[in-house]
Amino acid sequence: MAGKSKIKAQLGNFFKYRYLINELVSKNIKLQYRNSVLGMFWTFLQPLLTMIVLSVVFNNIFGRDSKDVVNYPVFLLCGRLLHEFFTSSTKTAMKSIRSRASIIKKVYVPKYIYPLSAVFSKFITFLISLSVLMVVILYFNLTDKNPITLTGNILWAIPPVIVLFFFSLGVGMILATMNVFFKDIENIYDVFCLLLFYVTPIVYTADRLGYAKDSLVGMLIRLNPMYGFIEMFRGAVIHGAEFYTYFDMNLFYYCCGITAFVLIVGFTMFYRKQDKFILHI
Amino acid sequence: MSKYAVEVDHVSMLFNMSSEKVDNIKEYFVRLLTRKLNYDEFWALRDISFKIEKGDRLGVMGFNGAGKSTLLKVVAGVLKPTTGKVKVRGVIAPMLELGAGFDMNYTGKENIFLYGATMGYSRKFLEEKYDEIVEFSELGKFINTPMKNYSSGMKSRLGFAIATAVKPDILILDEVLSVGDAAFREKSEQRILDLMEDGVTVLFVSHNTDRVKKICNKAIILTKGQIIASGDAESICNIYTEMVNSK
Repeated sequence: MAGKSKIKAQLGNFFKYRYLINELVSKNIKLQYRNSVLGMFWTFLQPLLTMIVLSVVFNNIFGRDSKDVVNYPVFLLCGRLLHEFFTSSTKTAMKSIRSRASIIKKVYVPKYIYPLSAVFSKFITFLISLSVLMVVILYFNLTDKNPITLTGNILWAIPPVIVLFFFSLGVGMILATMNVFFKDIENIYDVFCLLLFYVTPIVYTADRLGYAKDSLVGMLIRLNPMYGFIEMFRGAVIHGAEFYTYFDMNLFYYCCGITAFVLIVGFTMFYRKQDKFILHI
Repeated sequence: MSKYAVEVDHVSMLFNMSSEKVDNIKEYFVRLLTRKLNYDEFWALRDISFKIEKGDRLGVMGFNGAGKSTLLKVVAGVLKPTTGKVKVRGVIAPMLELGAGFDMNYTGKENIFLYGATMGYSRKFLEEKYDEIVEFSELGKFINTPMKNYSSGMKSRLGFAIATAVKPDILILDEVLSVGDAAFREKSEQRILDLMEDGVTVLFVSHNTDRVKKICNKAIILTKGQIIASGDAESICNIYTEMVNSK
């Protein structure tokens, strides 16, 4: 009974503070590009520019008409957008408690609001930046250079995006908790994200590395949950016609399992430690 | 409904002094290995119990380091007590440091909605109160200027206006009555007196016995985290004056 009323109180609390989530999310988005000349346009420009540069550099190495790649800029952009969302959202969530030290010390606010709104605002930026992908696909289809055949299977791009949101939230909660007690996490995680970019098949396909699927390195590459999210997204966008043969659904179930695990660990850690935050920030 | 607005029941608060400084992993492990993770314990509050009836105004007095601010933070729900319980009935407006929730890159107007949401108020409610807040803060056309260009007086005036625009049940005051110039100070004192007439419960921390006598009807004195005297404001203020003189 006590547990039930506790959950009820939590939900009531969430209801009361939903305005704060609203305000914080719109604040993060509004302030991101305030006072810059191009403003919101940077959300499109940033992924587009990196796509162009990376395509020019790597196209001849990884992009040569492999049937998995189909269209290297589109292939690259799919991976980059998802990776960018994951790293930027977890990084802001990680810093969200520390950067709000002054308010947390003065006013009672449910603390999970801060990492949650950080991930939420990056998610909205990510959704906006997806339009770049649409524009790029449109461009290639109109100019008829390596066109992408879009099918109804593109709807399969939605589940990995949604699960990735919760995965990032879980990781963000863990990082936010750890960062309160050890500020080193910020530095370690920066390096980690950079390495993650290279070990995740973003600029290359997993097969291109030349490791067999059942070799140790081949297994490790596929154990990285980001691989599953990106592969499924790519499968739905680029390989719509043969999505079911291209993508192994078990990989997605694996990603869901990892996400559930990370979420539970993240929330448990956060709730156990949150009363101590104020003594350390 | 209980007649008490605030119930503080055997509250103690323990701080680990040295643990606050270990904030990197290397130091943590070095200390763990050399077994130097034992902390200097410091009890900021020891077994505090009191109740405030609805509409009562309680003054909290004591020298520096007596635990006054810790007590207010515990009542406001910012700090969780090590042992004991705090029960609060109604909406709390903590005015511990005005404008702590402001974002400097936001304009005054945007900050009204942000700070209001931090206190748990809806956008619609704040829109209704918006004109009143702007008028009371005397910011006029500066309301659309980014807050980083505000003076500290302007910030605290806006903070005070937002915190009191809502009709809270419990008001926690930590020497914030010294906001702005003399005219604004008078206006803000009047605001608080008005709220008191509406039956708001007040928790007021001050060293100033005149202020406590003016605002409060009851008072307690804290020394080293313990209540050493409690009763009506008049007699407690006299005890406090004696303590100050004999120090």
